[in-house]
Amino acid sequence: MGPFLEVLLGGLLTGVLYSLVALGFVLIFKASGVFNFAQGAMVLFAALSMARLQEWMAPTLGWVAFPVALTLSALIMMALAFAIERLVLRQLINQEGIILFMATIGITFFLDGFGQTIWGSDIYEIDLFLSKDPIFLFEDVFPGGLLVDPYELMAAVIAGILVAVLAVFFQKTRVGRALRAVADDHQAAQSVGIPLNYIWLIVWTVAGLVALVAGMMWGAKLGVQFSIALVALKALPVLILGGFTSVPGAIIGGLIIGAGEKLAEVYVGSMFGGGIENWFAYVLALAFLLFRPQGLFGERIIERV
Amino acid sequence: MKLGHWMMGGAAAALLGLSMATPATAEGEQYLAGLVYRTGAYAPNGIPFANGMADYYALLNARDGGINGVKIQYEECDTGYATDRGVECYERLKNNGPTGTAYVNPLSTGITFALTEKAPVDKIPVISMGYGRSESRDGSVFQWNFPLLGTYWSAADLIVQHLGQKNGGLDKLKGKKIVLVYHDSPYGKEPIPLLQKRAEMHGFEFTPMPVTHPGVEQKATWLQIRRNRPDYVLLWGWGVMNSTSIKEAAGVGYPREQMFGVWWSGAEPDVEPAGDGAKGYNAITLQHGAGRYAVHDDVKKNLYDAGKGSTNWDDVGEVLYNRGLVNAMVGTEAIRTAMAKFGNKPMTGEQTRWGLENLDITEARLKELGFEGMLRPIKISCSDHEGARSGRIQTWDGKAWSFTSDWYTADDAVLQPMVKAAAAAYAKEKNITPVACN
Repeated sequence: MGPFLEVLLGGLLTGVLYSLVALGFVLIFKASGVFNFAQGAMVLFAALSMARLQEWMAPTLGWVAFPVALTLSALIMMALAFAIERLVLRQLINQEGIILFMATIGITFFLDGFGQTIWGSDIYEIDLFLSKDPIFLFEDVFPGGLLVDPYELMAAVIAGILVAVLAVFFQKTRVGRALRAVADDHQAAQSVGIPLNYIWLIVWTVAGLVALVAGMMWGAKLGVQFSIALVALKALPVLILGGFTSVPGAIIGGLIIGAGEKLAEVYVGSMFGGGIENWFAYVLALAFLLFRPQGLFGERIIERV
Repeated sequence: MKLGHWMMGGAAAALLGLSMATPATAEGEQYLAGLVYRTGAYAPNGIPFANGMADYYALLNARDGGINGVKIQYEECDTGYATDRGVECYERLKNNGPTGTAYVNPLSTGITFALTEKAPVDKIPVISMGYGRSESRDGSVFQWNFPLLGTYWSAADLIVQHLGQKNGGLDKLKGKKIVLVYHDSPYGKEPIPLLQKRAEMHGFEFTPMPVTHPGVEQKATWLQIRRNRPDYVLLWGWGVMNSTSIKEAAGVGYPREQMFGVWWSGAEPDVEPAGDGAKGYNAITLQHGAGRYAVHDDVKKNLYDAGKGSTNWDDVGEVLYNRGLVNAMVGTEAIRTAMAKFGNKPMTGEQTRWGLENLDITEARLKELGFEGMLRPIKISCSDHEGARSGRIQTWDGKAWSFTSDWYTADDAVLQPMVKAAAAAYAKEKNITPVACN
């Protein structure tokens, strides 16, 4: 029982890390109807900014380098959101969703290359001042205890806080309601006086800040390097499963995908020669898709004709 | 100006930039194509290797005026470690220069597999030093492949010999559990046949565990290792997969002293990100390790003191930088060997293949080249395109690598029959008539 629970717990915590990336996708889709393929690249770009700034400032500023680097990285992500809105989105208002999607693919390749050009392609560290030693739970109950990674535990706490903040933002604030209106119909929202450019700037800024949080957590765990951008691919099955418009869906989807793929790898993987977790996540998502095409928490769209 | 005009202007500028970036070909120069990767998931390992290669070619040009007076014209193409991009780079560069590229170093087993079929047609030798197909050392079938200094079967054999030596003999491995954590690609799968063979011979329990590209998801693998407690874990990773493995091992409390990496899992970018968690981790070497030798003094004097180096001087002498140097040295020595027969002019791929097959780098020559103490002599023949299969174990102490074993030599009594059988099967499949090697 102990090993099973350990894999389950490890999978759930890894799933939270997937959720952090998926949240960025959900935010932009929910508020603008754009599937932002560049979210993974934004996570990498944010993490690279944070890691390099912290590295450069740490020798002179010590621990103060962390808050300073964090602030500067947040400003960089805001500037990036501004640039994306001005140079790309503003030119494409009222275009089809697929055009906007293609534009985000362009942004992905630009950010991947540009980020590595200005910040470098090596493996960089983000120091969150957490102990690297694993935590062992229930050592009295299970021999050897249940192993938990402190970084993943921290990510779970941060994800919980983020979801609470975002839920309040979307449901209770004026800007949040305007974001939802824009998502439903750009033209209708514009016709009632909602400033589309301003709304897009806000939503891309928020998604950029979420990318920074996700990048910091992944970067602290793995080291900041190009592979972080590929972790975004793990957010896709999470979105399929949880729904593209639901913040809680991103969290629950992440937990199911994380736990499902780790359990499958350990208990079923050997039948296929191992290494199944990457594609198993998609199989799991597809299975859910067959029964709930809008995802577990996605909004069912009914259009009257 | 409208956005469209900006974009058109940008595209035109980019095209102009690309055309200007392509070096002008000079008639009397030796053209060499470099398939490297300075971007992407494997860049942390690709960059030092590429720097070492570039610096050695630059050194020959600056110090000696090239190879026997023939200047080297070196051009890089970034493959991103992707097989499709690697083949595209090869196709784009192979005919450049007066004679086309003299050889190609794919720095990827996947790209090597793809080029193995193209090389005989294009008559360009593929130098896969320490990687590629293990059976390609059989020059009677693989006339254009040169897996110099060591194949993956040799690497796995060297590690098994070391484990045997630690336990008081290979027979003492009976009943031991050995796990291979490998990159799920042609590269990572290469040592499996040898380890299965050795497991049969000595009675140890062998379990291969794949990790999918790029190797950042390993939690499930290491939770199984924590549960099964194997006696040894062999690591066949690349890029970020290596540091992730070592971090995960530290995370589940698996002793790093019981971990042994291949020579592509034994460089600074593999251990440094894991911090103190990497202390005690071991790797087999492709003869050389880290450190500076006489050749590095020349590199400093001719390049870095003149502000012409590819990287920071502090990074010169790291494991993968040194491997880049050795790659370039062996390739250019093959050209030099070919020039002795065909004359001091740019060599074709076919002439360089002759040079590779007759390559004999003696201890005295290593000293002249500044590689004394870094490498052992290498002698290639028609039947043996590997040339040497010796290595030592190196261990990371938290700050630096140091050699912690004597030299081992792979046991050809075990390897040779496997090489012959696999090469014969390849020849049959591809309708190749093996050449007679005297």
